[in-house]
Amino acid sequence: MTPHRIVVGAHYGWRDWLAQRVTAVVMAVYTVLLLGLLLWFGGLDYAAWKSVFGNDAFRIATFVFMVALLWHAWVGVRNILMDYVKPAYVRLTLQVLVIGVLVGYAGWTIQVLWGGK
Amino acid sequence: MAAIDRPVAKPRPVYLNLFAIRMPLPAVVSILHRASGALLFAIGIPLALCAVQNALVSQEAWAQMRVNLDAPFPKLVVIVLAWAFIHHLLAGIRHLLMDAHVGVELGGARRSAALTLVLSVVLTIAIAVRLW
Repeated sequence: MTPHRIVVGAHYGWRDWLAQRVTAVVMAVYTVLLLGLLLWFGGLDYAAWKSVFGNDAFRIATFVFMVALLWHAWVGVRNILMDYVKPAYVRLTLQVLVIGVLVGYAGWTIQVLWGGK
Repeated sequence: MAAIDRPVAKPRPVYLNLFAIRMPLPAVVSILHRASGALLFAIGIPLALCAVQNALVSQEAWAQMRVNLDAPFPKLVVIVLAWAFIHHLLAGIRHLLMDAHVGVELGGARRSAALTLVLSVVLTIAIAVRLW
């Protein structure tokens, strides 16, 4: 009998492929939600903006959006670096920089959403 | 035993001249998807965070931001980023539809590529007109 063994591949490619699509759908839903709420509250003025982002549930939704965005950006930028940057040490350095920037964006998001309170 | 005749190697291009290649429309959408994604990562995210931050601080900060945005260069940046966002979103939806086997045949892929390009430009122009 043949043992059920997977002989090739690390299989993270398929995981990234799926993550890229799930995060994309999350972001698309959030975009529709944000545009809908802004329209509901009367457009792009200060009052509308404040009412939309003043809501705690919407802040959580925004945070979920940002996590999806940063994950999505990591998969995308990593693919670009793997395609165009050939020397391994340069690529590794750039990848570490990108991770640093993404973590920084995450911290900044938390500050923007909850820092003022 | 006779030596096996090997086919003579054809001359191959040693480099790819991107200006000599006529890219099909789906390829144009694909490379713009990548370029717009890179643009959104490097410029879009920090500027969006900056904008939301200002918008949430106070009415004065909001008013100040509107004054700062009211110049040709900032407007141009906003318009380019709006295009990047819209193109990336539409090309992404096209991708998801193709994952679901919608429009994977050549004709459909060309039509949806053209639609993505045209719609993203039309929507961007609509935003630009409102902004200017």
